Amino acid sequence: MTKLVPILSAHWDEKDSFTIEAYTRNGGYKASAKALSMDPDAVIQLVKDSGLRGRGGAGFPTGMKWGFIPQGDNKDHYLVVNADESEPGTCKDTPLMMANPHVLIEGCIIASHAIRAKYAFIYIRGEVTHVVRRLNQAIEDAYKAGHLGKGIELVLHVGAGAYICGEETALLDSLEGFRGQPRLRPPFPAIAGLYARPTVVNNVESIASVPAIITNGAEWYQKYGTEKSKGMTLYSLSGHVVNPGQFEAPLGITLREILEIAGGVRSGHKLKFWTPGGSSTPLFTDAHLDIALDYEGVAAAGSMLGTKALQIFDETTCVVRAVLRWTEFYKHESCGKCTPCREGTWWLVQILRDLENGSGTEEDLAKLLDLCDNIMGRSFCALGDGATSPITSSIKYFRDEYIAHVTGKGCPFDPVASTIFSTTGAR
Amino acid sequence: MTTTQSQATEVVDMITLVIDGFEVSVPKGTLVIRAAEKLGIQIPRFCDHPLLDPVGACRQCLVDIEINGRAFPKPQASCTIPVEPGMIVKTQLTSDVAEKAQRGVMELLLINHPLDCPVCDKGGECPLQNQAMSNGQAESRFEGKKRTFEKPINLSSQVLLDRERCVLCARCTRFSEQIASDPFITLNERGALQQVGIYEEQPFESYFSGNTIQICPVGALTSATYRFRARPFDLVSTPSACEHCASGCDMRTDVRRGKTLRRLAGDDPTINEEWNCDKGRWAFKYITALDRLSQPMVRNADGELVVTSWPEAIAAAAAGLSGAKAAVLVGGRATYEDAYGYSKFARVALGTNDIDFRARPTSDEERDFLAAHVVGSSATYKDIDKADHVLLVGFEPEEESPIVFLRLNKQVKKRALKVTSIGTKLSIGVEKLGATFVKVAPGSEAAAIASQSLTAQSIILVGERASESAGALSAVAALASQSGAKFAWIPRRAGERGALEAGAIGNLLPGGRPVTDAAARVDLASAWSVESVPTHLGRSTKEIISAVNSGELSALVVGGVDPLDLDSSAETMSALKKAFVVSLEIAPSAVTERADVVLPVAAVTEKSGSFLNWTGSARAFDSAVADSLNRSDVRILSMIADALGKTISLGTVSAAAREIASLGLWDGARASFTATPARSAAPLAADEALITSWRRLLDLGTLQKGEENLAGTARQTIAVISPKRATSIGVITGDRISISNAQGSVVLPVLVEDIHDDAVWAPRNSRGSELLSKLGNAHGGVVKVVKA
Repeated sequence: MTKLVPILSAHWDEKDSFTIEAYTRNGGYKASAKALSMDPDAVIQLVKDSGLRGRGGAGFPTGMKWGFIPQGDNKDHYLVVNADESEPGTCKDTPLMMANPHVLIEGCIIASHAIRAKYAFIYIRGEVTHVVRRLNQAIEDAYKAGHLGKGIELVLHVGAGAYICGEETALLDSLEGFRGQPRLRPPFPAIAGLYARPTVVNNVESIASVPAIITNGAEWYQKYGTEKSKGMTLYSLSGHVVNPGQFEAPLGITLREILEIAGGVRSGHKLKFWTPGGSSTPLFTDAHLDIALDYEGVAAAGSMLGTKALQIFDETTCVVRAVLRWTEFYKHESCGKCTPCREGTWWLVQILRDLENGSGTEEDLAKLLDLCDNIMGRSFCALGDGATSPITSSIKYFRDEYIAHVTGKGCPFDPVASTIFSTTGAR
Repeated sequence: MTTTQSQATEVVDMITLVIDGFEVSVPKGTLVIRAAEKLGIQIPRFCDHPLLDPVGACRQCLVDIEINGRAFPKPQASCTIPVEPGMIVKTQLTSDVAEKAQRGVMELLLINHPLDCPVCDKGGECPLQNQAMSNGQAESRFEGKKRTFEKPINLSSQVLLDRERCVLCARCTRFSEQIASDPFITLNERGALQQVGIYEEQPFESYFSGNTIQICPVGALTSATYRFRARPFDLVSTPSACEHCASGCDMRTDVRRGKTLRRLAGDDPTINEEWNCDKGRWAFKYITALDRLSQPMVRNADGELVVTSWPEAIAAAAAGLSGAKAAVLVGGRATYEDAYGYSKFARVALGTNDIDFRARPTSDEERDFLAAHVVGSSATYKDIDKADHVLLVGFEPEEESPIVFLRLNKQVKKRALKVTSIGTKLSIGVEKLGATFVKVAPGSEAAAIASQSLTAQSIILVGERASESAGALSAVAALASQSGAKFAWIPRRAGERGALEAGAIGNLLPGGRPVTDAAARVDLASAWSVESVPTHLGRSTKEIISAVNSGELSALVVGGVDPLDLDSSAETMSALKKAFVVSLEIAPSAVTERADVVLPVAAVTEKSGSFLNWTGSARAFDSAVADSLNRSDVRILSMIADALGKTISLGTVSAAAREIASLGLWDGARASFTATPARSAAPLAADEALITSWRRLLDLGTLQKGEENLAGTARQTIAVISPKRATSIGVITGDRISISNAQGSVVLPVLVEDIHDDAVWAPRNSRGSELLSKLGNAHGGVVKVVKA
């Protein structure tokens, strides 16, 4: 009955799942051996055929991205894994690397072989020191076991804690030792990426998905998912839900189905709003419970699948307060390069703060929407766009709640009620 | 805005697109924002600068674009997108989306801007102010709290930063990195708190720092010198030429009520593009210095200089020169016209070829080299652009001709131009150019030059210091003739090339006419309507000094010469004392103290004239100060000549310019050149070394007087020795060493670096390191180096 398909997460519940022994015991490093015996172009073709799409949020076909790397150009190529998972609500790569770092390493070996890279880099956010330690150990073990170091070197680079470094070109700047700020494109990383060499930048989950595709074939992968969104993926459920966590299911599952598996919204409460793919994706309400959670389904409903970070908020949550929190995050993390994001988030926070504490006006809503219109699509990178999503979508669905803040001269919610330690919530 | 320089012969792919309904064709690779300029459509912008790489940061230039019917889903930054065939661009003039996007960005830019225009230097000439008026809205909807910072903070002693006004366009940081290769400022912090900052351990000591102020599109960067001095609309601006070096920068001089307050880089794509160096920008306080000479003075019977009237002073000068055996010393700050005045004055009024513009260590080899190879020659900046290899000989571009450095740097960055430098010490500038450095002992340059291999596409840039190494210029001439490479002589001072063309040297008459060529003399005499011009080969600066001391000469006309620039300053002082001296000068100097007649002359902003840059091309300029009472040298010389009864008819600068033009270049044979052999090095004792040096851009130069903010960005005064010598005399970097000879000594902190073991380097004319006046030698002389 369950719709879950644990492939990446198949062995997460084994005590030693993160060790090379467990990984090998469960069939690990056979895919890389197989891939290394294949022609690199055949590996790329296989990944293309599987329909695997980037799991970092944009959903760009992974095989096609690999195919963009110019071949026979006598230049060094690089693989860079984006493990700078920092989006509020997104928590899939971190547990993946924690529970099974070797599948990522094996994916790196296969991808490097496919794009003819001798060096692969994993850029990981600096805050997750436990994962850094575990990955370091895993890389060391993979070297000892001879999986790495024979034509493919893997380097783990620890970031210094900037959301912007999850943007692939900012990540490359940071990896090169500069301040992380997005680069002007073109040239795209596939032509001039790390150290101005052809570079593939992939999300952790995308790369980790590759070994299973090599082992089981493209057709096997194609069986899962929907027409244009193939395969299975990790949905991360968090917030007001009974059993939060990662749920691996074929693309196209609905929130209603996942919520069922996860035990539903916390007892005595009902779903108010949720994000389909992290805070940068326009939020949904309980009216969207049956939307297919694949790239097309979510987009058709006016949002983005993003990182499949399903943050669940029940009716105790003040949407204005939640949006203010997110906006404060974007203001804090704006890199400062472009005007709309840098100045816009500075301003948005001030208006939202006024609204939340009751000193706002109804005209502020129009101003907020107009400001968002001046930021969305005007900023240098997607971070500025993302900052506007929670605001515009929350005003769309919860305008009355904003107005209630104005007319009631303050927030009508008890902030304690929405906390995990609230007596009403924990009932 | 600069225009793309393309020769008619070059085939350029043209792309046709439509902007706001108008079709326009532009070369492939042109950015949309610049294609729009071609139509006269001004898209507002801040971070965009035609000479910097696109960055797309400010987002002010958003426009709607569609290509072959496919529209971009969102407005695009027109400063980052190259044109494509079939492109249809709608700017703020025809697209509501673009118009609103621009209005929105402008509003955002202003929310954290203090709007302190009434007290801001930039108010009145501010792109933010102007574009806020043209593309923004009068009322802000922002009612919140602005970001505040302490203001201003020093990026250097000269460059001040007001972080509140900054719009974070990164023009300044990009300029420093991309153009000057001085990445000493950078953006740090993030979000709205992002700001321009300096490094803790590396000060913003860039010779080009002033350009960051000029290209700052707001009032964030201001100069300590100009801050709060004027409103732009109170200034009278005059195009001018820089008097500081031979690079030949176009400049703009801004004057308020007769006082020069500011000088800016002008826009000349063939020379300085839109840049200049900090010396050109800020070293002008000497013009308004309180001790400027303003009235003529004559030394009375008691030996005191007393103020007199002009007629008395002219009469006194004429009386002293009349019948005397006189010579002329003219410094490198003279304009082309003034130098011509001195040249004609020497020949016609004094009847001598004893004239030399070279107020510095010189050689006969150089004099002959200039006559045979340099006068009338024309290498250009474009030759650098096209060269396959540039060889630098006795020339530190960054210190001695900064715009040549910028051009080399541009080509190095753009196409990895190969640069080789033959010198005694690796300099910061040569290192920045990534040049191959050929390290030689002072005096051994000739052999290193001879061993270079060049092609007909190469160019040799030889500096004036090559004259200090016997055989170096001969080796350059030989290398050029054997390889077919071009060469150019780049003197340090602005007036030297003009003075050479004007014949202010003993072996040349104006227009490159050799003194020794009878036909050339006849040609000139007839043009001047005089019976003849002197036939003897004139003396050099050094020979003139000795001739005065030995009694062969009895009078000197001295214009713009600082005796401390000569390698025989003691002899010069005694000669000045001995001779009857007429001094034409702008400020009191060692010459004034010894002169018999002192005639004040106009500084460069107070007169018209022209300077010839190292390529031989002229930049004419008008007086920036209206109604100055000060006169150009040529006019005063003409008055003295009249008083002597030997008129030179150069009553005005324009008369001199007309006469120069009508004389033209000598079309007869050039002076011949005989190679000078290199001198072999004498053995050195263990504590002996050969001194070597050059002048830093910012040092004790006369024209830098009174500008402390500029002096604050000068490089540290240090002496450099090799590790081997350091070990042998027991010093490490930071210790002090004494450099001495029979004449004197200097004591300086030492830097142990890669320099020839036989050499010791020190700046030629920096505080504490005045080598010429203290040691009487600045290159190749034997000195004793010990721990101090």
